[in-house]
Amino acid sequence: MRTVIQGGRVIDPAHQIDKVADLYIADGRIASLGEPPASFTLERIIDARDCIVCPGLIDLCARLREPGQEQKATIASETRAAAAGGITTLVCPPDTDPVIDEPAVVEWIRRRAKFAGHARVLAMGALTYRLRGERLAEMAALREASCVGVSDGGRPVANSRVLRRALEYAATFDLTVFLTPLDVELGNGLAHEGPVATRMGLPGIPVAAETGMIARDLELIHDLGVRAHFGRLSSGRSVELIARAQAEGLPVTADVAVHHLHLTEMDLTRFDSRCHVRPPLRGRRDLEALRAGLASGVLTAICSDHQPHEPDAKQAPFGDTEPGISGLDTLLGLSLRLVRDGVLSLPALIERLTWGPARILGLDCGHLGVGALADVCVFDPEIDRTVELDVLHSRGRNTPFLGWELQGRVTHTLLEGCVVYEGGECPTVANQPQ
Amino acid sequence: MSATPIQLDAQGRLLHFLTIEGLTHRHLTDILDTAESLRGVAERRVKKLPTLHGKTIVNLFFEASTRTRTTFELAAKRLSADVLNLNIATSSAVKGESLLDTLRNIEAMQCDMFVMRHSQSGAAEFMARHVKPHIAVLNAGDGRHAHPTQAMLDVFTIRRHKPDFPNLRIAIVGDILHSRVARSLIHALSILGAGEIRVIAPRTLLPTRVEDLGVQVFYCLPEGLRDVDVVVMLRLQRERMEGALLPSEQEFFQQYGLTKERLALAKPDAIVMHPGPINRGVEIDSRVADGPHSVILEQVTNGIAVRMAIMSITLGHHAQASGEDA
Repeated sequence: MRTVIQGGRVIDPAHQIDKVADLYIADGRIASLGEPPASFTLERIIDARDCIVCPGLIDLCARLREPGQEQKATIASETRAAAAGGITTLVCPPDTDPVIDEPAVVEWIRRRAKFAGHARVLAMGALTYRLRGERLAEMAALREASCVGVSDGGRPVANSRVLRRALEYAATFDLTVFLTPLDVELGNGLAHEGPVATRMGLPGIPVAAETGMIARDLELIHDLGVRAHFGRLSSGRSVELIARAQAEGLPVTADVAVHHLHLTEMDLTRFDSRCHVRPPLRGRRDLEALRAGLASGVLTAICSDHQPHEPDAKQAPFGDTEPGISGLDTLLGLSLRLVRDGVLSLPALIERLTWGPARILGLDCGHLGVGALADVCVFDPEIDRTVELDVLHSRGRNTPFLGWELQGRVTHTLLEGCVVYEGGECPTVANQPQ
Repeated sequence: MSATPIQLDAQGRLLHFLTIEGLTHRHLTDILDTAESLRGVAERRVKKLPTLHGKTIVNLFFEASTRTRTTFELAAKRLSADVLNLNIATSSAVKGESLLDTLRNIEAMQCDMFVMRHSQSGAAEFMARHVKPHIAVLNAGDGRHAHPTQAMLDVFTIRRHKPDFPNLRIAIVGDILHSRVARSLIHALSILGAGEIRVIAPRTLLPTRVEDLGVQVFYCLPEGLRDVDVVVMLRLQRERMEGALLPSEQEFFQQYGLTKERLALAKPDAIVMHPGPINRGVEIDSRVADGPHSVILEQVTNGIAVRMAIMSITLGHHAQASGEDA
């Protein structure tokens, strides 16, 4: 298929491109920008006037619930939602059931995703066997099976000796380690330890539950010289710790979940279980510090931290509900809001959603260079839409953003040159990439 | 942070009773005045009023309780309501039934009021959001969040002894961190304009930024007791030792136990309160619990009148809303 995306404002942060131009695609890859390549026979024209044309979004943390929790969502349902949200690459953490600690699970996920065909799903391998934090997982085998890294899967390794060995072993095979810092003993609460939790009688999760672990992990990383990524920071002090480590030259990166850039502990005051997340929503100052960290580049990626749930999982008193927000549908819209709020420029924002996460993963994607995989997101930044239940594509309806006016509407999503989302429709298997 | 508006109707009348936070002085004095008028019922030969005749009240207790459940039951019976007691701690929840399913099932039995206790903060509000509109929900304790009827019976008891709230100094002593009683009582006292509210506890038993609730914090019991008019002792759960919050009951009693000697630091006519059940020799010495300053048993008696008042007020508003004769 030969396609041209015509007349759009092309933003490709990896190449510092921001101009109105035609983007030519052939055989699933970017063929050229501006002038048509020689002997280009056009098969399809996508009109992108008044739209932004950028690399497809890369989401570093999205739970697809398959295998193991298909009552919540499936790879097919969630990759479809991703395509509708302009997301072309999803990284699936290893806390599936079974855990992604052996090649068979990776292969199974890869096949299911290919069958669905809406988005690329990259598997994150487990750092330890069954994510128990006791024995190492077979990381070399996981790497061969195409895992893009190894992770604690949201279950931090409490035992420092095990973590040190795991970091060393992962580095042996050039695997980036993805950590979610939380001291499970200290963090055994429900809400940010602060005035709101005190008033509502919710057990607190102090900031030190996160920063204490980051500090420990950074010391190990310092000693070993290994590469690591910290996912879903929630506090201003965490940003400070990462910034200091980066200034020292440690090879560490970090991301933030988009809801932590918009919500605070104040959103819990009605015991709204949709705002029950881990790490918890913290104070206003933390939100500002996370935004500043994103702007300064300490945080190089925004992710959805997508956690779709069936309605029952959220229909209970706050503490009996499962944590997590269904985030694929709102990742782009909530991110664009940061431009309107003056946090960062549109190209910088797009960088945090594309090239930023691509670099963390060490993958050749998230950019529009000639020869790159043609993963493209086209969206109209001027169209506002209200988040409503009937416009959500994810099977998870658990979002606290219902009723929010969000900017931007995806008009086309292309995965390896094939249109996987258009206007409101997801073409199915017939259109899947090779 | 404003009130939980769900407990009020558009005119600001109480439909449910979930938390003290956000209620007005008027709401509280209405309850206290009604309770005062109902207090005499117990002294009559026939201890019953027809107010809630034909109404069904369900006591839904997901946590063990004797005193609170019993006084709710008595309050309902004295208002001529039919009462159903469900101890869910030992029944369906254990079989895996969700709270919402339990709710729907009991709703199907056509009841008019739920009195609920649950270990999760926010459970009563969750119920109130999901019940049919004709049903009133009374919070009999949700997690660490609120125990509003206890707070009302406490201020009722205080008012009977010392009605001049602006000139009162009140000390709440013990496990503030886990206490829904303390949170609700602090709100009630603030709304009634209490002169000074103190909390006295070691730092492990105080929630962060507790001073934001409008209280003075004391770590030292003798210092905190000086010149107070009311001492409210809280129950200390044995589990607190295992959670590394305290070293031992002995040390707690030595530092924070209320003894006759320490009580002497308070005003000579100070009253001593406790929501019960008391741990003699842990937070309070028997000589104080049974002594002349203690109003602990009076609290229990008052609890019935206060709960009668809250039941009749909330169900009365429901009746008005649906156009029946109240």
